[in-house]
Amino acid sequence: MRHRPRSLCKILPIGQPLRPPPATVNTLSLAFGEAWAMIARADPKLLEIVALSLRVSLSAVVVATLLALPFGAALAVARFRGRDALVVVLNALLGLPAVVVGLAVYLLLSRAGPLGALGILFTPAAMVIAQAVLIFPLIAALARQSVADAWREYAEQLHSLGAGPLASAFALLHDLRFSLVTIVLAAFGRAIAEVGAVMIVGGNIDGFTRVMTTAIALETSKGDLPLALGLGLVLLAIVLALNVGAHLMKERAQRHHG
Amino acid sequence: MADASAPLLPLVLENVGFAAGGRTILAGIDLRIEPGPRTVIIGPNGAGKSVLMRIMHGLLAPTSGTLRWANPERRGEPRRQAMVFQRPVLLRRSVLGNLLFALAVAGVRSHEREARARAALDRVGLGTFADRPARVLSGGEQQRLALARARMLRPQVLFLDEPTANLDPGATREIESVVQSIHDSGTKIVMITHNLGQARRLGDEILFVDRGRIAERSDVDRFFRHPATAEADAFLKGELPWH
Repeated sequence: MRHRPRSLCKILPIGQPLRPPPATVNTLSLAFGEAWAMIARADPKLLEIVALSLRVSLSAVVVATLLALPFGAALAVARFRGRDALVVVLNALLGLPAVVVGLAVYLLLSRAGPLGALGILFTPAAMVIAQAVLIFPLIAALARQSVADAWREYAEQLHSLGAGPLASAFALLHDLRFSLVTIVLAAFGRAIAEVGAVMIVGGNIDGFTRVMTTAIALETSKGDLPLALGLGLVLLAIVLALNVGAHLMKERAQRHHG
Repeated sequence: MADASAPLLPLVLENVGFAAGGRTILAGIDLRIEPGPRTVIIGPNGAGKSVLMRIMHGLLAPTSGTLRWANPERRGEPRRQAMVFQRPVLLRRSVLGNLLFALAVAGVRSHEREARARAALDRVGLGTFADRPARVLSGGEQQRLALARARMLRPQVLFLDEPTANLDPGATREIESVVQSIHDSGTKIVMITHNLGQARRLGDEILFVDRGRIAERSDVDRFFRHPATAEADAFLKGELPWH
């Protein structure tokens, strides 16, 4: 904490009275106009924030997916004591509040915490961890559900061929790959749109850990609507484009593979 | 450790029973399955034929009694028996990919897999379909692929649970000829069918299952000409109204 508070105090408007922006039609349209202009001229500040957001959330999705898909599939296919309890807990974690994840990861990574020695609190790495923790239950629970549904159809055939739980789980994940893409994209949407966890573990440091959501929160409270709006529009466009892409890919795959 | 090619048969079931949800589905099954003759299982709906087959194949554990193979399969060894289901379950990948998966699971070395899979496709007339997605084949083609997959694994015993129930006569004939050639190659055939013509064409011996018991077992000609039990007689009359 010693070397960072300087920047934190500068960024977070702690102790300052919030200035509610005068929400007249005129300022709104001005703000929109300026937001568009920022996007159109590829404003470097805006691009930097967007790039960091994408880098953090994509990394989190890759990490969480690699762990959560096999976990979810194994949970659907394997039989062991306590499995049902684990499924219930996993499903409950779907509603995990981002700020709670942020707090937990903060405590883990803080100087006194068990992983404090890593020294990664208030870095993008900490934000990746927090987002990965946040979306792991989402991917694992939804993957488990779709693998379990398919398992009912495949179980006898796979047993008959002599496939063990591991081979069965991977065969099912492969067969469900197009539905799993939708799940992973939903997780990406949750990661890139959450604000609580990255705010706590990243600290919203300008040029270092400031992502779209934390920037929007900050700029809005400062009254700098154009940047907030511009980022909001980019965020919407990214989420929309991803979902359109996923939909088209799934349609095509289903026509092709039946 | 048993040799992976050690003979599975004969299979002996002693007093095997199966109950689920408080309902008895099979009771007191004593049965010996020998290598050689094609065994066809017939009987009314709900008699327990499919459950009996799943117990023999190891998909269900009997709730009473014992089942013994001469040299049982062990966990982790490739299976020496295969089963073809009424509705084939194919993976969402290419026709060839389905066979390669089955060979990989059976522990066949990777450089042998493709040649063996392609040979299996050629033998059921699906050679030109290798790169097509398996799930968009017609019902008859899917079932031929399922048979090719089962045969390719060179099982000593092949179980078939109504393999032609959903197929048209042309596809049924194709499946029957594949089953016949699998029998000719020395694989023991155990098949359930509701098609009595098929039972006559493909069967050497009939196992007549009725209300969870084996009501009658005899060779195919005798069964259809002079069924020994009143139940079999009634079943045949019901199934063949022109008799």
